[in-house]
Amino acid sequence: MDRNLKQKSKRINSGIHFMLGNYAVVEGALTAGCDYFAGYPITPANEISELMSKRLPEVGGVFVQGEDELFSIYSVVSASLAGAKAMTATASAGFNYMQEGIGYASAVEAPCVIVNVQRCRGENFATQADVMQMRWGASGDYESIVLAPSTAQELFEYTILAFNLAEEFRNPVIVMSETTLALMRERVEIPKEENILNQKRKYTSLSPELYLPFQAKKNCPPDFAPIGKGYHILYTLNYHNEDGTIDWNDKGYKKLYQRITGKIRENRNRICKTEGYFLEDAESVIIAYGSEVRPALDAVQMARNEGKKIGLLKLITIWPVHEDLIKEIARNVGRIFVVEMNLGKYVNEIERLCLPFCPVTSITKNMGIIHTKDEIFSAIKEAL
Amino acid sequence: MLHLKKNPLRKYIRNGKLPHFFCPGCGCGQILNYFLKSVDDLKLDFKKIITIGGVGCTARIPVYLNTDSFHGVHGRTLAWATGIKTYQPDLKVVIFAGDGDLLSIGGNHFLHAARRNLDVTVILVNNFNFAMTGGQVAPTTLLDSITMTTPFGSKEKPFDSCKLAVCAGATYVARWSTSKPFQCVKSIKKALQHKGFSLVEILSQCPTNFGRYALKTGNPKKVIEWIEKKSITKAKADKLSQNDLGDKFILGEFINKKEPVFQGTSLYKEEDQ
Repeated sequence: MDRNLKQKSKRINSGIHFMLGNYAVVEGALTAGCDYFAGYPITPANEISELMSKRLPEVGGVFVQGEDELFSIYSVVSASLAGAKAMTATASAGFNYMQEGIGYASAVEAPCVIVNVQRCRGENFATQADVMQMRWGASGDYESIVLAPSTAQELFEYTILAFNLAEEFRNPVIVMSETTLALMRERVEIPKEENILNQKRKYTSLSPELYLPFQAKKNCPPDFAPIGKGYHILYTLNYHNEDGTIDWNDKGYKKLYQRITGKIRENRNRICKTEGYFLEDAESVIIAYGSEVRPALDAVQMARNEGKKIGLLKLITIWPVHEDLIKEIARNVGRIFVVEMNLGKYVNEIERLCLPFCPVTSITKNMGIIHTKDEIFSAIKEAL
Repeated sequence: MLHLKKNPLRKYIRNGKLPHFFCPGCGCGQILNYFLKSVDDLKLDFKKIITIGGVGCTARIPVYLNTDSFHGVHGRTLAWATGIKTYQPDLKVVIFAGDGDLLSIGGNHFLHAARRNLDVTVILVNNFNFAMTGGQVAPTTLLDSITMTTPFGSKEKPFDSCKLAVCAGATYVARWSTSKPFQCVKSIKKALQHKGFSLVEILSQCPTNFGRYALKTGNPKKVIEWIEKKSITKAKADKLSQNDLGDKFILGEFINKKEPVFQGTSLYKEEDQ
């Protein structure tokens, strides 16, 4: 891919930095090998585009500021199918427009990364109100992989993880950022290149005559073929047979979407990541994700200081849901609390899993500002 | 002795599979032919051509082509094209779009891709209505035409897509109709060889929907004759006043110039190409 571009700066800025959350996303993407970015201006995601417009061309990548978010998502998907590691970033209102393209990316199994910096409607205050949209926003059957960082360091790390998961499962992966994190400066440590896992694209070893673009093992993504090399692949939203053609076939349709959803659902124990704090002896457990993990952990400390045996389960992967682990915890504790910065969304998912085993209490706040540890702690005390 | 000859362009058809799904008398089959004739005459490397269709009758053309293709999302053809073309500039990207796909839902992408002079060829098949969905009014439907959503005649003025493209910054623009095969092929060839945003609009007959509802005839020949009667060459049109011209379709080449092509919004380059 010779674009007559000369690499001017380093791709991986190994070392210790004091860095804006949005910049940590950019450094994570570049570290993961991102070489195509398209975005449309929106606060509070702008710093991602701004730094990309400088850093990406300097390392031989392509930066495009599109005419809208539909452009962003579709050009990212097509660049990905042309071989790029591609990303876009937006905030809630812009994320609305991208649902259509996420549906297409899921259907043609295009790896790509979407960063959604959640904000309140029309305003830039903090929220986690898009947590369901990130799972269910597009039409049709599909599965989402959504990662929820809670620090600038995690914005860096989970962006890399997002690129790797996208390549491994040939699926769009969403990094759920928030105003709170995106506009916060924190310590970020970027490791040396040799210590970073970089999932390369899996290309077929078959010749064009033998290759079928959507032939794959059960619950697995198919192998890629490069475009422009005579493999004549048809990437269509419509139902496609294993050879890519669009003649409708009811059994084929069922099989295709069983595989597209199955490759995520049936591998969820491999995809899902969590971190546990004080879970060993916990009598009740807080489940939190994103920036809310921070005050939640402080609240756990406060409770422990008073001798209350509370633990915390931090969800790194919020979609797919780590069902087995959450059920296991529910079997062993007296109550589960779900802390989130919205009117109570993810709690429905936790109730679905936990209610047969233990009661679930929803601790919500939706006024543009993160919970304080005292708010969480007093809500816990009230319920216990 | 009867000797059946295989169409030499058949080799460009995906899996050699025909017939296509276009209605009898539709212009899309002709345009598929004009494109393949152009590619064959120019001896282009077919492997390096990426064809794109959105949603609609015209958008199905790439489905029949033995190329790498993108299909199935309404209006986003030029967004796809930008991702491919900026990432792999060596590939040739050709878009087949209907008037609804390109000018209605994809209108914004159309303007901006032309403005940027993205190196892509757009073959716009203008049949004056949304045909696949059953004949609704389109941004190209003429004033007062009866369609399925304008039972009392359309009260919207249509776009002139060629004028629009020139104003937006396209660097090759031409318009012909399906009844002008030689001119169509000539312009498609020029467009394929052009470096920059090229638009070839081809006025096409839709006997099934536009013909039946707007022209009260399902006969493709009569629809073609209607287009012919309303058409005027650019050379002749240049001599007429806007009043005398009315809503005639001007056929010909509107612009052909060289300008730098789009490679990305932000570029770090040692030297200009």
